[in-house]
This record gives sequence, structure tokens and C-alpha cells, in this order.
Amino acid sequence: MSTTTDTFVQRSISFGRALRRAGVHTTMGQVMDFVRSAELIEISQRPEFREAARACLITHKDDLPTFDRVFDSYWRSKPDFTDQFFESGQPGDETYEVAEGEEGEEGEGTPDEAGDQEGGKRQRLEMVEPDDSAENAEDSEGDSDDVLSYSAAEVLRERDFADLSEEELAMARHLMERLHWKIGQRRSRRRVASPKGRFIDARRTMRRSLQTAGVPLRLSRRKTKTKPRQLVVICDVSGSMDRYSRILLQFIYAIENNMARVEAFVFGTRLTRISRLLRRRSIDDAMQRVAREVQDWSGGTRIGQSLQTFNMTWARRVLRNGAVVIIISDGWDRGDPELLRAEMSRLQRGSYRLIWLNPLLGSPRYEPLTRGMQAAMPYIDDFMTVHNLASLEALAKHLSEIDDLRPVRRQNPLLPRPSVPPAA
Amino acid sequence: MELNSVEAVQEALATQRYVSEQSLATAIYLSLRLPKPLLLEGEAGVGKTEVAKALATILDTDLIRLQCYEGLDVSHAVYEWNYPRQMLAIRVLEDENVDRERAVEEIFSSEYLIERPLLQAVRHVGKAPVLLIDEIDRADEEFEAFLLELLSDFQITIPEIGTIHAEHPPIVIITSNRTRELHDALKRRCLYHWIDYPTVDKEFRIMTGKVPGINERLAHQVATFIHELRREDLYKLPGVAETLDWAAALLALNQRELSTEIASATLGAILKHQEDLQAIRKNKLEGLVAAAADGE
Repeated sequence: MSTTTDTFVQRSISFGRALRRAGVHTTMGQVMDFVRSAELIEISQRPEFREAARACLITHKDDLPTFDRVFDSYWRSKPDFTDQFFESGQPGDETYEVAEGEEGEEGEGTPDEAGDQEGGKRQRLEMVEPDDSAENAEDSEGDSDDVLSYSAAEVLRERDFADLSEEELAMARHLMERLHWKIGQRRSRRRVASPKGRFIDARRTMRRSLQTAGVPLRLSRRKTKTKPRQLVVICDVSGSMDRYSRILLQFIYAIENNMARVEAFVFGTRLTRISRLLRRRSIDDAMQRVAREVQDWSGGTRIGQSLQTFNMTWARRVLRNGAVVIIISDGWDRGDPELLRAEMSRLQRGSYRLIWLNPLLGSPRYEPLTRGMQAAMPYIDDFMTVHNLASLEALAKHLSEIDDLRPVRRQNPLLPRPSVPPAA
Repeated sequence: MELNSVEAVQEALATQRYVSEQSLATAIYLSLRLPKPLLLEGEAGVGKTEVAKALATILDTDLIRLQCYEGLDVSHAVYEWNYPRQMLAIRVLEDENVDRERAVEEIFSSEYLIERPLLQAVRHVGKAPVLLIDEIDRADEEFEAFLLELLSDFQITIPEIGTIHAEHPPIVIITSNRTRELHDALKRRCLYHWIDYPTVDKEFRIMTGKVPGINERLAHQVATFIHELRREDLYKLPGVAETLDWAAALLALNQRELSTEIASATLGAILKHQEDLQAIRKNKLEGLVAAAADGE
């Protein structure tokens, strides 16, 4: 891909952010749709371009005026944007240079320094995105970082976490924080007023009937309130997972700080609860504390025993009201597969949905043949990979689609047949 | 009965056959004197609810119990209007040509109010009642937040009637099985006591008090057996309630001492998970029975 297209991607990303800042709810996925659709339409035709953007980015009628306002102020400031971004590809393209400057500082540079260095260019960015300036003082570091590194990030999405360099990891981590996590809802027992609800609100109906001489002409209704499901993440940090465990912990941190209800555990040879440790403001702080508290980082693996500890000590407290459980592990288990089988079966019964994320599944040649994986397989509702950012996005989508329909489970899980038929 | 010292509380509980440690008696005594709600936490079946029942009997007052569950709301915890009656009343008042304002006043009076436990506790006349809010961890956060308001000043506002103050603030006992962490704001308003599984000796005394007719030898064996059993890796450890059930079961089978066969046959009284039953029956039972026989 040429830098010209990359720059257009960057522009679109920051346009998406400008919209979000103006209060329009658009996701990264929508922005990517928009980028893709730009290839399909006549981009130099302003009305068509606007229609495409609106179709891709806006999902609420109420947001249309805001969209028009942001669109005008954003794209008009560079009326020749098509020329700039699609016809000229000179290496002196401003934003590209800034990206390199930031990268050199590993994303930790102070905002002031960055500003001084790129003086004029930053100013240009601010001119294009006037909405940014207000927030710049506070988190310009994060901001400049994410706008500018996105082209690299596009490539990053598909790369295996294990192959990333330190800088790329840092970048991936920033992108991860921006993933939008939304977990499926469960029906609670609570009811709230709603004009089209299923239940009659006797109290309100009564009150309103007084206006019509005691005849309940209009019925007030209530519906069942929904609440997000509890998410429980149990992550393997043993030696065989070493290449993935740190970045996956950051992933847990990102969900934790995006959604209210996450319980997190890590295990190698034994299970440690880290939910409280992750409730830190800065990720580095949280990581340090986790590393300090978790004794057996990068040691051996005993999945079965760790799950047993979970089932006995924690399940009653954290698996309430249809929790979604995510186990992240490669399935290399040194323990007894029979124990793992029993604990997986129990865990599945206790959870609304049991998801196993295996980073090895990203490799096309991988088959779940390890003893541990074999024992666990029959009890897994969703077996997914988690080796790059794209797979995390897929997971985010999957979680948001978990609804009230429980996955169909076999009464008796499919087990490998015993070699000797049991005596009658 | 006058409860003017920790010892007095402990003795009074003993008269109700409730065997208490000094720490629990102290917590109860303080919650009566300060006065502050008492939050009792502990595993299922260690006698949290019993405390409230015993206390109500000792103080010779009413026990008002609110069992919590998810979605518990004002109309089930505090009050509800009696809608059918109200609707009928409107008809009648209409026929009598009563003007509208008076009609509204009439149908939203106490007469049409259904009192739920919390309102009952606040409107209670006479001696302060014991209000038991049972298994609050089953209720959701919304209810917990509502409770905060009630516990701070013991008043309830009903828009149509006005604010009702408690004549005598009720004695509040809150229990939780700790299936979730309660909010700190609620905990801050309460005295806290964790009820642990009893020691062998205490469980023995509970059994002799609560299971009439049990011989000391069997009671001691059962207490030792249960004590050892609680050290095993089980999904659910048996509580005191299970111990009492089991003792009663053994008594009903005319047992004078524990034997492996009978223990195996009646194990369902104390262990309620298939995995636990299997694990114990498979290779632990004999050892436990032997330990119980030795423990005398």
C-alpha cells in the first residue's frame, strides 16, 4: 500500500474520532467500512463522498445535523484533499514524518517535545481538526500517537503477536485500548417503564385512570430490564504462553477499563485473582502489580488444577447470573487430563457460555491434539483464536452478539470412545 | 430480658440453644447499644438467620423478615397499593358523586396500602421489632442503594401519604452468603461479623442442644467426622444445618455410633454435589469414620 492511501486512512480515522468527540457513536469498524467504500465510489465527487460517509458512519437520524456540521468543518478545511491524498505521493508528506518522530520515542515522549519538534506540522493538524485542540493539553501524547501510527497499525492488525517487536507491541497495545467492548445483555428480574413493554404497570395505570374518571383507558406498561453479562477471563501465563501472555493481560486490562464487570484470573501452576490489581489507572502500573503478585509467571502449566481452584473457591462468587467465561490458553497441560475434563465439565455447567481462546489456532497447521486440549474440547462452546489484533476484533464482535439464546449443548458431551468396550 | 453486657447476650442466646462465641455476642451487644445494623457474613448454613430468630425471642418482639432476590423492588420490599380495591372504590365513589379531589384522597389512604416488610418494620407499634434482611447478596445493586437510604434514618416516603418515621428504629440484622461483594457504602453503615464453621466442641454442643435424644458418643463422632470432612477439597462444605440434619437422620435410623455403611448411605444429608459424594465415597469415607471413632 502506498503512503497516499495510508494517509487517507489516517484522515478517515481522525474524522471518525472527530465525530465521536461531537457525540456521534461510530465504531472503528464503521470507519474501516467507510475507507473501503471510498475505493468503490467516485471520490472526487463531493456529494457522493458525503453520502458514502453518511451511509457508513451514521446510524441514528438524530446524528445527521452533527454529521453535516463535522463533515463540513473537517473536509472543507482541505478542499483539495483528493489531490493531496490520491494524486501526489511525495515522500515529504507531513503526517508520515510525524509518525516516524513519534515512533522513535516509543510512544512515551512528552507532548511538549513532540510539539516543538514538528512545530508547523502539528499546527496544521490542529487546524484541520479544530476539535482536537481542547483535549490536546490533556492527552496529546496518546492522540498524536494513534492518529499517526495507524497506517502501520493496519499492517499490525494481521500480524501474530509473537512476531511483534517491542515498539510494535506498544502500538498494538494502544490500538487495543481503542477497541470497543460491548458484551451481550441478559434479562434481569427488574422491570422498567416502557411504552411497549410486555407487562402492565398497575400503579401507573391506576394513577392515569384517575384522569378519565377511574376508567383505565390507557395502559402503562413495563418491560424487563437488561444488564450486561458478567465476563470472567482466566488467562494462562505459563512458559509456553510467554510470547502471548503479556499482551493478553493488556487485553484484559483494556476490557476491564472499558466495561464495568470483568473478573480476571491468571494461572500457571496455581490460580491468582487479579481483578483488583487491574483496576489501576495506568496500564504499566497495573502490569507491574500483577507481575509482582503472580508468583508463577512463566512456570509450568496445570490447567486442570487451576480450574479446580476456580470452581471451588471462586465459581460461586463470580459466576452469577449467566456469566460468560473466557479461558485463554494453548492447552499444554502437564496435569491429569481426567481432572481437566471433570473441571471443564463443571465450569461449562456453571457458565452461560464458555469460550476458549487459543493463540495457536491462528496457525493454519494447528490441530488441537494436545492431551489437555483433547480433554477440554467437548465442553467448549466457542473455540477461537487470539493471536493478532484482527482476532481480538472478531472476539469483540462475538461477545457483543451473545444474546439470550443459550448455545445448544449436548446432554452427554461427545467423548472419545474407550478402546475396550465396557463389560455389560 | 435485660441485655446489658456481652455475657448477658451470650447467656440469653444459650437459653435459645444458640451456642455463640464471645465475638458474636460482642457484635450483637454493640449493635443493640449503638444502635447499628449488624451485617453477618458466612458460608451457607452456619446459623446467620438463626441469630435474628433467637434475638427476637429473647427480646420478646416481632421478627420481620425480608428475603432478598434479584429484582426485589419497592413494591415487594416496601409497599404496594391495592389496585383492585382502588378501582372498585372509584366506582363506588363515582356513584355517590364524591368530588374528584376527595376521591383521590380517599383511595390513596392507608386503608388501600399493602405493607411489605420494610414498611411494616418502620410502622411497627410497640417494642422495636427485629428486622431480618436475609441473603442480601441475592438482591441487586439497585436494592442495596435503596437500603442505604432506609438504614440511615429509618423513614419511608410514600408520595401520596407523606413521610413515615419509625417510632422505635428496628433492630436490623443483615445476612449475606458472600456470593458477591457488598458495596462499601452499605458495609460502612453496619457492624460486621463473620461467622465461621464451628469447632468440634462447639458443634458438639450445638448438636446436643438442637437434636434432642442424641447420645454424646454419636454426637461427638459426628462432630469430629464433619470437622475432618471440612478439610477435604469439596465444592460445597457442609454447614451446621447439614450436621444437624445428619444427626437427626442417624437418630431416626437408631444409630448409636458411626459405621461406614450407614455413613455412606446417609451421606446425602451432608454432601449435595455428585462430585463431592463420589470423591468421598470412593476412598475417603473409611478414613473419616475411623478418625471420628478415634477422636473421642
